[in-house]
Amino acid sequence: MTVSHNDAGRPLPPPAGAAPGPAPTPGGGGADAPPAPAIEMIGIYKRFGPVQASAGAHLRVYPGEIHCLLGENGAGKSTLMKILYGLYAMDAGEIRIRGRTAVIRSPGDAMRAGIGMVHQHFMLVDDFTVAENVIAGMEPRRRGLIDMAAARRLVAEYSRRFGLHVDPGARVEDLSVGQQQRVEILKALIRGAEFLILDEPTAVLTPQEADELFRVMRQLKAEGKTIIFITHKLKETMAVADRVTVLRAGRDAGSMPASQTTPQRLAELMVGRRVLLQVPAPPAQRGPALLQLENVTVKGAGKDLLRSVNLQVRGGEILGIAGVEGNGQLELEEVVAGWRTPDQGRVRIAGRDVAGMGPRRRRRPGCAHIPPGRPRRGPAPALSVEQNVVLGRHWGQPYARLGVLRRPAVRELADAVTSRFDVRGGRGPVGGLSGGNQQKLVVGRELYHNPWVILACQPTRGVDVGAIERIHRELLDMRARGAAVLLISADLDELLALSDRLAVIYEGEIVAEGETGQFTEEMLGLLMAGQRPSGGSGRNAAGRNGTGRDGAGRDGAGPTEATAGD
Amino acid sequence: MTERTAGRRLPAAWAEVLGELALTAAAVALALLAGAALLALAGYDVRDAYYNLWDGAFGSVYSVADTLVNAMPLLFAGLAVAFAFRGGLFNIGAEGQLYAGALATAVTAAALAEWPSVPLIAAAMLAGALAGGLWGLVPGALKAKTGAHEVITTIMLNYVAILLTTHLVKQYFKAPGPVDQTALIPAHARLPELIAGTRLTWAVVIGVVLVAAVDWLLRRTSFGFDVVLVGSNPGAAVYAGVPVAARTVWTMAVSGAVAGLAGSTMVLGVLYRFIANFSPGYGFTAVAVALVARARPWGVLPAAVLFGALQAGGLTMQLFARIPADLMTAVQGLVILFVAAPGLLYAWRRLPVAAPRAGTAMTMTAETAAEGAAETAAGPDNETARREAGP
Amino acid sequence: MSEALEAIFHVNTLTSTLRLATPIALAAMAGTLSERVGVINLALEAKLLAGAFAGAYASYVTGSAWLGVGAAVLAGVLIGALLGLFTLRWRANHVVAGIGLNILALGLTTWLLQVIWGSRGTSPVVPDLPGWSIPGLQAVPLLGPLLSGHSPLVYVMLLAGPLLWVWLFKTPGGLRARMIGEHPEAADTVGIPVRRTQFLLLLAAGALAALGGAQLSLGHLSWFSQNMSAGRGYMALAANVFGRWNPLGSMLAALLFAFTDALQMRVQTLPSPPPTELVQMLPYLLTILVVAGAFRKARPPAALGRHYEPGRSGTE
Repeated sequence: MTVSHNDAGRPLPPPAGAAPGPAPTPGGGGADAPPAPAIEMIGIYKRFGPVQASAGAHLRVYPGEIHCLLGENGAGKSTLMKILYGLYAMDAGEIRIRGRTAVIRSPGDAMRAGIGMVHQHFMLVDDFTVAENVIAGMEPRRRGLIDMAAARRLVAEYSRRFGLHVDPGARVEDLSVGQQQRVEILKALIRGAEFLILDEPTAVLTPQEADELFRVMRQLKAEGKTIIFITHKLKETMAVADRVTVLRAGRDAGSMPASQTTPQRLAELMVGRRVLLQVPAPPAQRGPALLQLENVTVKGAGKDLLRSVNLQVRGGEILGIAGVEGNGQLELEEVVAGWRTPDQGRVRIAGRDVAGMGPRRRRRPGCAHIPPGRPRRGPAPALSVEQNVVLGRHWGQPYARLGVLRRPAVRELADAVTSRFDVRGGRGPVGGLSGGNQQKLVVGRELYHNPWVILACQPTRGVDVGAIERIHRELLDMRARGAAVLLISADLDELLALSDRLAVIYEGEIVAEGETGQFTEEMLGLLMAGQRPSGGSGRNAAGRNGTGRDGAGRDGAGPTEATAGD
Repeated sequence: MTERTAGRRLPAAWAEVLGELALTAAAVALALLAGAALLALAGYDVRDAYYNLWDGAFGSVYSVADTLVNAMPLLFAGLAVAFAFRGGLFNIGAEGQLYAGALATAVTAAALAEWPSVPLIAAAMLAGALAGGLWGLVPGALKAKTGAHEVITTIMLNYVAILLTTHLVKQYFKAPGPVDQTALIPAHARLPELIAGTRLTWAVVIGVVLVAAVDWLLRRTSFGFDVVLVGSNPGAAVYAGVPVAARTVWTMAVSGAVAGLAGSTMVLGVLYRFIANFSPGYGFTAVAVALVARARPWGVLPAAVLFGALQAGGLTMQLFARIPADLMTAVQGLVILFVAAPGLLYAWRRLPVAAPRAGTAMTMTAETAAEGAAETAAGPDNETARREAGP
Repeated sequence: MSEALEAIFHVNTLTSTLRLATPIALAAMAGTLSERVGVINLALEAKLLAGAFAGAYASYVTGSAWLGVGAAVLAGVLIGALLGLFTLRWRANHVVAGIGLNILALGLTTWLLQVIWGSRGTSPVVPDLPGWSIPGLQAVPLLGPLLSGHSPLVYVMLLAGPLLWVWLFKTPGGLRARMIGEHPEAADTVGIPVRRTQFLLLLAAGALAALGGAQLSLGHLSWFSQNMSAGRGYMALAANVFGRWNPLGSMLAALLFAFTDALQMRVQTLPSPPPTELVQMLPYLLTILVVAGAFRKARPPAALGRHYEPGRSGTE
């Protein structure tokens, strides 16, 4: 061992057998796995400006295992893997592959070493076909031209062999997220990957798609491939991993066979303290309907992006919208926020038809809009904290008079918001704040004025755990004050934790709606994939115009305007 | 593009301005050096050439006045381009807008000749601003409605403006004689001299006041806030409910109006009439002015003087050293290139990631750091704005 | 009225369309090449102008128009290299760098025009390219006169369209180039050398656009005149947008622009021509209209204008 700096202040003493000491027991990746690690990363350091993303991390992966790299957002998982894949150059450390020191300066080097990576943000060109995406860089040729037929055959062959079903001629843009992921895996396999890195692959999948992915992972393992699986979800780790390495603050906090640990233990290693798994919420005190959508339809090119959507959110409740991304959530957000006028139907806020009211006018009486934490749309990074806090209210009293900004009022507001919502990092350009603080700032800006209708879209995506807790607490506070919250999220855990009621959106239609307690995660997954939870065949069996709700049952709070007959 | 300063020794804004000043000085020096190399290659006496350049620009009170006179249209047009820059728009059409403004001013001054001096001048300038504003509004509206990129439309509109004003003069307003020009404007419509014996007029004062006004507009008003927001973060602007399309139109209109005033002051203070094809490319030099000023209104003032000096000095160089003044156009191009390339002059201390302020490092993850850098580097992202503005 | 119609369909109008289209089309295809790898190419104007000047000068000095064409190509490659250095290496905003190069080229050519020939207007007449004819084609009615007697660069343009189309959409190199323009990270992760490919294509685009410049000074005319490109580089960029970033589309759009230009010239030879300036406006107005129409549905390469540092920070 040539490690020199692994003893520098470890946050937690690693459990027995987890230290990067000599000859740890190989994981459960088959009893016949040789004890020599296939990939070894030793004392990896990487700094981005002031941020120490990797601070002496160690990783040992044994051949033929599924190795889980577990850690919170920002723990340095992706950085470590991007170093292994040659996308980042490390500042210090050593990589060994099959016992030999490897120099990986580019993805090309990594591929030659047998490493393939499926990135969190897919490295696919939307405008290309599956085959084009897969073969780019290693095209089969005939007389100087690309031999497309051969390319398709190649893709078809690999997809059959590994059970990764996908049409080689389809355009990537038309594929579901799960299918796109398969294309990414195919890309790596065709390039001869023996070691496959999957970076947060389940973040974008429905539970069923995730199960399918786990099946594929096991099949790949059976074919002798080694898999490094990055995640922050304990459940998945326990479900699929042979061995787990936990990363915290850029270092490995422990490494052990999955069979020898518990979720609670892993959680503690991840966070470095005992964790509270959920924010307790008192039962809903429902008031009148504050936000109503009546038969809202938005037409797109050739198909409806939203089809006859009826929803209502009452004061004091959180309605969660579940669905695989790209099923109309964006349009729903746009319609409610006032950027887009529905082609049919109405949006009512506090009973009033808001047609013709732009986002600016909707905000004034008490509507708030929390944009996604990532891609970060809310804050303007080039502007100061003060400017960001007043953003959206900078046109009128008390922050401006006759079109001229009033500095003292703005400064006061900034003081109030940053202290109440615990926004840290100074008053300079917001781009210099951490992602979590930026999002807290936006949440603070939106919630400070005590709105009574709140539209929250992926509010905690890409945000660190501390900020997530805070944002969840603020949303529940608003609910307790009697605000109506429409929560659009792709994160089922978040929806289940916060929502009083859930509605599932699929291809622009609400296919189910009901009290949260009536749904199981599995049911939600099926509904999100356009299937009936009963296991029925047709995905459109739910029918249109609200009949889909019957399947999930609902309380008496359905839209009373259903009889209006438009 | 911005290097954020982590230290607390200087207010961040000051340090930034100082850094940019140094960068700009280096860029100008490098461009002049390249110009010197060209002169030497062409067999000229570099010392003689640059002596004349300096002498013509700053050698005497008269040359300083000359520099300032040359700087005037650049001040207005540069301010126009800078304002549009702040709104995330490339107004390469200041040339066309100043033609529109100039003709409108000349025609108004002639039409209202019996008015007393001050209201006449005011009306003539207003007409120039309106005409320029309309000429700027067209590409703004095209961008907002169809997404047509303003770089192409403004450049095309420059050609159209030059041809159209020439046609209008020929057809309707031509003074007798071989030149396509209008009659002289009445004497009381001329901008009074600021310093007797020079061609320096009240245009200087108007220009400085306008700089202050634009600065105030951008910093202190709700409208200016919108403009800067759309320019720097169109995505956030959409989320905040800023009507991005409408702001695009207005930003271009205001920019065009300011450029139109460049034409007005040329007519009222220098030419005393409209002459077809009078501009030697003020509108293009204005782009260089705005860039060197980093799109800051107060920066436009020294930047305009710099380029005014290059022009005044260039002419002296042509007269006394017999070196064609067009070399200065090439130098302008080089200044633009050098100022615009942060990587070139910052090469020795370029970091892949913008440094956040002290105290955030603990919580800031690598991912967010990289993302922050990406967002700062992205600049005007009109694609996003258009997409998100929706129909 | 009938005069106007006759003007439109006169075979001379069509042949001069081909001649006038050549610089715009070559520049437009150059624009397509560079924008397909993600670099906004406003410097087409500079390449045309530099190509025209270098071509005329080399032809003047050597007496050979062919050497002039070679010099034009060199000048274009040089400007392509500068654009690459500034935008890719030094991370200048693509639009600003393009404008800077255009002003540089305008100033430099105007200056050199005076330094070398002592005139701020035009150069003396220089040896120009011969007119070529395709044997056997001359006899064919309509096509014969249309496609005969042009400068070789006209035929280069007509060939370049289909050839570049095949390269871009049917060959491995083209696929890789397009991938860079759409998703540079993706290209990087499959081992495509992003920076090198971008640079090479910028050089190729420089050469191509400069051939268009050579057509101006050695094919269409036989001298260089101040600011001879007169905005054709910008029109070419518009043609590229109108042609949807497709070499054939660019070529056809350029032909359309050139047609209005040819028409404009033709109309001015009529016995009672409409006001010159109004007619001269036509190509510019058409460009505006076309761009306004085209952008509505345009789908530019996804990474156009973005700065990407391969292997540095993943995304930027």
